[in-house]
Amino acid sequence: MSSQTPAPLPDAQVPPPGQTGVVEPTEESDGGRRILHEMLTSSWLVSVLAVVLALVLGGLLIAAADAEVQAAASYFFSRPGDLISAAWTAVSEAYAALFAGAIYDPRAETFARAIRPLTETLTVATPLILAGLGLGIGFRAGLFNIGAQGQIILGGIFAGFIGFTFDLPFPLHLLLCVIGAALGGALWAGIAGVLKARTGAHEVIVTIMLNNIAIYLVAYLLSIDAFQRPGSNNPVSPPIPDSAAYPLLLGSGYRLHAGFLVAIAAAVFTWWLMERSTIGFRFRAVGSNPNAARTAGISVNATYVWVMLTAGAFAGLAGSAQVLGTERVLTAGVAASYGFDAITVALLGRSKPLGTVFAGILFGALRAGGVVMQARTGTPIDIVLVVQSLIVLFIAAPPLVRAVFRLPSPDTPRAPKPVVPVTAKEVSA
Amino acid sequence: MKKIIRVAALGGAVALALAACGSAPEDTTETSGGETSAETVDFKACMVSDAGGFDDKSFNQAGFEGLTQAQDELGIEVASVESAADTDYTPNIDSLVAENCDLIIGVGFLLEDPIQTAAEANPDINFALVDSSFSDADFAPVTLDNGKPILFDTAQAAYLAGYAAAATSTTGKVATFGGIQIPSVTIFMDGFADGIAKFNEDNGGSVQLLGWDKATQQGVFAGNFDSQDDGKNIGQSFIDQGADIIMPVAGPVGLGTASVAQTAGNVAIIGVDADWFETTEYGPIVMTSVMKEIGPAVFDTISEAVDGSFSSDPYVGTLENEGLGLAPFHDFESKVPADVVTKLDELKASIISGDIVVESDASPK
Repeated sequence: MSSQTPAPLPDAQVPPPGQTGVVEPTEESDGGRRILHEMLTSSWLVSVLAVVLALVLGGLLIAAADAEVQAAASYFFSRPGDLISAAWTAVSEAYAALFAGAIYDPRAETFARAIRPLTETLTVATPLILAGLGLGIGFRAGLFNIGAQGQIILGGIFAGFIGFTFDLPFPLHLLLCVIGAALGGALWAGIAGVLKARTGAHEVIVTIMLNNIAIYLVAYLLSIDAFQRPGSNNPVSPPIPDSAAYPLLLGSGYRLHAGFLVAIAAAVFTWWLMERSTIGFRFRAVGSNPNAARTAGISVNATYVWVMLTAGAFAGLAGSAQVLGTERVLTAGVAASYGFDAITVALLGRSKPLGTVFAGILFGALRAGGVVMQARTGTPIDIVLVVQSLIVLFIAAPPLVRAVFRLPSPDTPRAPKPVVPVTAKEVSA
Repeated sequence: MKKIIRVAALGGAVALALAACGSAPEDTTETSGGETSAETVDFKACMVSDAGGFDDKSFNQAGFEGLTQAQDELGIEVASVESAADTDYTPNIDSLVAENCDLIIGVGFLLEDPIQTAAEANPDINFALVDSSFSDADFAPVTLDNGKPILFDTAQAAYLAGYAAAATSTTGKVATFGGIQIPSVTIFMDGFADGIAKFNEDNGGSVQLLGWDKATQQGVFAGNFDSQDDGKNIGQSFIDQGADIIMPVAGPVGLGTASVAQTAGNVAIIGVDADWFETTEYGPIVMTSVMKEIGPAVFDTISEAVDGSFSSDPYVGTLENEGLGLAPFHDFESKVPADVVTKLDELKASIISGDIVVESDASPK
């Protein structure tokens, strides 16, 4: 839990290579260098560079997987230009499509259509942010909760059941569904919390197993009449009525729904909880050093349970965003892989609310953009998964990222030199 | 150690360099695409997979082959997007709409809602949906002007397989199991059960079916479409109970079953969707296969749309229109009694003529 300077947050959207815009050694004053040093050694920069590095490597894979590049590679020595131009075309078209699918589509006929990708990004980001916030709270309290997937599913089951079973007026129905979702997620995570507190069962193992139970639970529920759509034998629930659905924020042309506002509110609440409240202080104290916290009179076991309940409630809300907002139906796959992606989101965001929001939006952008990349250039969607995984890999190994970009280690006293090579190195990608 | 790495790296570099020594192709100054095998038609057919992906050795792959065939033979433009999760369907379909596709085909019942929504929102684009029809808000079947369901009355072909299996079994026990209990799976199992019952009725036999009870609609399911280990376990338990012919209706899960059947030695497998004698490595133990011709159905749908004769009438694959079929017995020709082969032809004719109606809850209505 290092103290984090609120460094000017580098753009969390996809930064084009060579334009990280962080390292311009114009100011030679001592103050400038100090700030620079802090930025270089801060984990924020490592996060951003990890993303850049992952995109660069992803680009290499796109080029390698491209048929024209492969063809040109077979006669590299007779005409090397072909390979380079083919690779450039493949990579630039793929990333242009990624951008068009994630932020703004210049090819669209109307402005409404052109701006739609950005709303898609935010829609996909919503469950990632919510689940990521919950996981981040756990991480800061020293609990490695892998169970967001199961908690999202439970939240979805509760929200869905209340949504399609009862007939209530609009704001009340939605509210009940949302509360139900939070309770469902909290219940599922609470099991792991209680087991940890009472028996010392390791939360990693318990939450992973609970994920599996949740996956089969939803599959079972969708085979019984109470959950199945009337007139259909398929494992699909009835649709969620308007009274229980998150209202669309921008009208019917966009999928962005009020769940996104819930995610933003949840981020603000998390900030307050962790930085300003007594409970949050206990969470952090237990995370820093459980023994010291115990000596100081904090009940560590009770804290574990509360942490898991809170984390589960957030993940349950992520489930509500899916079932009540984006999909408007409960299926076995409604949680996609958001529970696992959210682990990366929380790590990339350094378990802080603002960081998680930006990391969630970045992953939402990769997801939304990946769809268009696939449709437009035929680049396999797996590339997006590879980029996501590479981000995890680099975040897990900050020294590797520092070594690649020749950044100083945070442990060494600040050195005046290591500023210049960075820009050159980045462009070489 | 370091030396070895260096040598290996050098070797790799040399190999790469040699591989890159080919000569560059002549600069061709193609002006128009007039030399391509098929005429270029201004039509774009697009396809969305379900979460299984186009390499599932099952119905996504079969559908994709239909799309590829259309690209080669009709000279049309195609695009395809794979879904990694259920949540990808809507954005994937949406991205194809933005790509100006003329026909968008969704593979799998899970795409029903997204395809229907897209079809209603884009009346000038045609849609098709494999393995499901459309329904309205009250869950009643509905016809969309620009939406064509592609369905299969698979029970008909499975009926023939059931009859053949019952006639061939020496232990008097045959088995089947499913991936997940959904209509497109249970329809195989229903037909299979009826075929066995027919054999018992005709011959006073008592061949037992393990793994599925048509009356109660209960049976054995792996719970997924990807774990070959599950296929092994389920297959082994059937073999232990004395079954000597197994029909796994579970995509790649069935490959696990085939591997334990091969180890057991005297157990045969009935393939599904495609002719497993051709498509899997277990040819010698594949007695026959219940074939569901998704590829040709997709191809026909595309070519109708290219001709401008797209209609919203459902395509229902049957034995009659050869959308379904029983694969040849291949290596089992000598083991299947000759009178059974003639009997199967009679049964097939009766099903086509309507004298025998194979009924299943899961049949397309």
